This record gives sequence, structure tokens and C-alpha cells, in this order.
Amino acid sequence: MKILLVAEYRDGQLIGTSSELIHFADQLGAENVMFLVGTDSALPSYNGKLYLADAAQVGEFNPKVHKQLLLDVIAKEQPQMVVLPHSSYGWDLAPRIALALNAAQISEVVEIKEGNLVVPACNAKLRRQLKAITDTCVVTLQGGAFTPAEDPSGTPEVIKVDSAATADIQFQGYEEAAATGVDLSKAEIIVSAGRGIGKPENLEIIENLAKALKGEYGASRPVVDAEWAEQSRQVGTTGQTVSPKLYVACGISGAIQHLAGMKKSEFVLAINTDKDAPIGEVADVLAVADLKQLVPVLTEKLNAL
Amino acid sequence: MKILVCIKQVPDMESKFKVNATGNWFDETDLAWRMNEYDEYAVEQAVQLKEQIAEAELTVLCIGPERVKETMKKALAMGCDRGFHIADNESHLKDPFAIASLIAGYAQEQSFDLIFTGMQSQDRGSAQVGVLTAEILGIPSLTTLVEFSYADGTINAKRELEGGTKAKVSCSTPALVTCQLGLNTPRYPTLPNIMKAKKKELISTSVAELNPPAVLIDTLQVSPPEKKGGGLILEGDPAELADQLIKILKEKTTALA
Repeated sequence: MKILLVAEYRDGQLIGTSSELIHFADQLGAENVMFLVGTDSALPSYNGKLYLADAAQVGEFNPKVHKQLLLDVIAKEQPQMVVLPHSSYGWDLAPRIALALNAAQISEVVEIKEGNLVVPACNAKLRRQLKAITDTCVVTLQGGAFTPAEDPSGTPEVIKVDSAATADIQFQGYEEAAATGVDLSKAEIIVSAGRGIGKPENLEIIENLAKALKGEYGASRPVVDAEWAEQSRQVGTTGQTVSPKLYVACGISGAIQHLAGMKKSEFVLAINTDKDAPIGEVADVLAVADLKQLVPVLTEKLNAL
Repeated sequence: MKILVCIKQVPDMESKFKVNATGNWFDETDLAWRMNEYDEYAVEQAVQLKEQIAEAELTVLCIGPERVKETMKKALAMGCDRGFHIADNESHLKDPFAIASLIAGYAQEQSFDLIFTGMQSQDRGSAQVGVLTAEILGIPSLTTLVEFSYADGTINAKRELEGGTKAKVSCSTPALVTCQLGLNTPRYPTLPNIMKAKKKELISTSVAELNPPAVLIDTLQVSPPEKKGGGLILEGDPAELADQLIKILKEKTTALA
């Protein structure tokens, strides 16, 4: 089997997902080549052929043109599988390739099982084992699911590619996250509030526990979207990635985007009414309780120490 | 201006899920159904656009069994003008390509100027249906939007990227956009609007009449994730639990040092 790996580049930087793509191909024992819209000066470590389009010329975010560049490489290499990261770049581009190839797409793969691909469903409470019926298939990989033990090495054999395709959308640049607010990545203790707090007034319960532990408070995405906490408090893929000594997850079910932002914490205490909640997968201790009852008692006892 | 918003009905994600008897999806017994959360933002944005444009008509589309009409009525109560229901008792056996083909077939016939979808569903989460629909129709698509504005045939929007960065993008209509959580604040339907929604047009067409394509993906197995174990599970009354937790934090962490 031959696989085409699609690496990712943004704002002058190679995104670190290429090592996961390589590791996935290695797990399948598949021959592989790589494609990147990027630059000569930020090449991935890779022992193989790299088809490189110049981002300055074709645009960093330009799905229609990236699609055409990829289709040209696919016509030449005839891979049976095209693999992208399941990221804002990958999930945007992958279906465009799949439709052009009449290929099945399997999104957010977390595991290879007996040669088939496993994807999560229903907030990671179920897993589906899928098989593409088409000769070619497009796959996106969940971030962190195929991290290799050691980073790959090597220098790729670069083959420059270009396309005359025209864009159908215009990319006008980036807007960085506001630098104001708290830098949770430096906090040693974080107590985070999830949807389980129920109403904004209950955020105080979480803040009080954070104070008692001399830490910062954080929040999951739904709490920030509901404007109960400010964006700089958000932990997860679209917020901050944290690795404190102690992470207390209160009423957080554990969506994969949240887990990706906190699973490197040294010790995780989860407080949740649902003992099957996915947060249990990364928690050292899961206290099955209503946070609105347990957290005030815990705070009081800590303050009395 | 003709606007379409596509929605999906999903189970409440806080539910406990059991695999069904055929082993290809979940058992529906005891599940509560609601609108896919991403689609609530899509409906809200579509309604806001309809309110902005004087001559606009907004259709809501949903594929699934009879029960999905309840979710469509919520979209009508939020401000959609009419509903198109594709009645399909086996929609859960379709893949993103088959679903997108059904939507694109209807959209082609109706020539919508703008199509809104959620960026993904909460139950399957493939993030494919919106983009596939646009690609079948041959129109541009902007995905994962956290900001949206429209004027004179041009969409200006911001896509959400990793780490809090946003990408500023624009395109011309006809186009399709997929909506990320936090794009707006979805409204709660008011009682008068819920009453009004009952009188709005809601047409059902059987999926068999629309010739959906065969699926491209086989579902071999559905199962709960393997428990990795390791974590300690504690239950009990709050005071006892709090004492146990403090003991553990003292022994296993330096947090109380």
C-alpha cells in the first residue's frame, strides 16, 4: 500500500503533526510520500519524497488551489490512501479531495485495529470501526493519537510543484488571540469549570476552590462560549494547552478538544456526576459527585487546614 | 435571497449510550433528542441574515425519521420560514457522502444563494457533510466560522484555527458556510413564535424518491471504548469524599505542601 501524507504549515511555521502522519503510515507498514504547501526553510524531518508547493506563491490557506496541487500529485503517485491531520486545515481540505477522487473519507481516526480504522462517536462514549469500500480513501487523524515515541529524522527529497488553478475564496491574514488575561500555561494548579456548573453564578464555587489551592481557575469551551468565563481562561485545542502539577476538572465531561489541552497535567482530579464520562480516561482520581455539593465542602476543609 | 440551513437531530450527549442489537450504531431506547449544537449556531446566523436582508426566504432542511420534525419545529420557531424534511428511517446507516448528496440534490433544484450548516455533528463528528455538499454543488465553502457578515453578495468571515488564532477569509455567493460553536448566541424560541411555527410549511419527502447514492463506508463494529483503567473512582457523601480527596492530594501531589 502507498500513502500520501499531507503535512501542515501556517504563518511561516511547519505544524508539528507531520511526525504523527509518518507514525501512522509506519503502523500500517505502508510506503509513503509527503505533500506540503510550505517553504524550503521549514522542511519536516522525513526520509522520503516531499512534494513542496511554495506557500508564498499559492497561498497558505487556499483550499481550491491546494486541492488541485494534491490531485496532480495523486495522479502521479497513485496512493491508496491520503492522510491529513484532523485540524482546521485538514478537515477543511480532506472532503474536497475525497469528492474529487470519488473516495470515502474516514474522519478523526484514533486507532488502527486489525487493519481497520477506529473513530470516536458521541463525545468519545462510543467507537466505530470503519472500512472504506472505495479503492482510494481519505483519512484524517486525531491530534495526539499517533504520536511517535521518537521524532522522525532525515532530510526529504524535495520535488517542487505548482498549479495554475485559481482561488474561489480570499485569505486576508491572521488575527492572533488577545494577549490580555491569564497565562494558564504557567500555572502550577488549575481548577477548571465545565458545563456541569449549570449557571454562571456557580463559577464562584470553582474560583473559591482555585483560591484555596493557591491556583488559577480555567474553563472548558461551553463555559467560555456561554460567556460565563473569559476566553483567556479556556483550556483545550482552541484555548490554552496546560501541564500543571494538579488539574481539577469540575463538571467537565472530557470532550477530546479539552483533553488535548490538559492531558499532560501531572495529576488530574475529576469531579463529575457521570462515572462513565470520558474525563475518567485521563483522571488519576474521579470523584463521582455533584460539584455544587462537593466543591464547597472541599474548599472549606482546605481553608481550615 | 434564498437561504438554506441544514440541521441534524442528535441525542443528548450527556446520555448513557448502548450499542444497538445489530451492532452498527447506538440503541435509541431512553434517549432524549435535541438539535445538534453546532446547527443551533447555523440556524441563529441564518435567521440574523434573514432579518438583515429585506427580501429573504429561509428554509430549514433535516434528514431522518419522523421524530426529527420536532427539532425542525424548533428551527421554525427560531425564525426559519419553511421546512423540508427528507423522511429516512435509516439515515443513521448513511455516510457523509450519501447525506451530502441528498442535500445537494435539493439545493441544486432550489438554487440557494447561501447555505449554512454546523461544522460537524455531535454524534458522528466527521466535519464532512457541509464541505462535500458545496463541492458537489461546485460552490465555495468557508468552514469553522466564529464570525460572519454578509453584504452585497460577499461574505466576510473568520475561521477558528488552533490555539486561539483566527483566519480572516471572504468569498462571493452562492456559497456554503459551516458554523463553529460560539459564532453567535442562539436565541430561545418565544412562546408566540412556537405557536406561529406550528402553522409554517413543513413538507416531508420520502428518501426513496430522491435516489440517494450507495454508501462508501462499511461500519464493521460499534463498541464502547476500552477502559484504560488506572484511575481511582470514589463515591460517597460530600464530607467523606472531601476528606478522602485531601488525603490523596497530600500523598500524591505537592499541591498542599
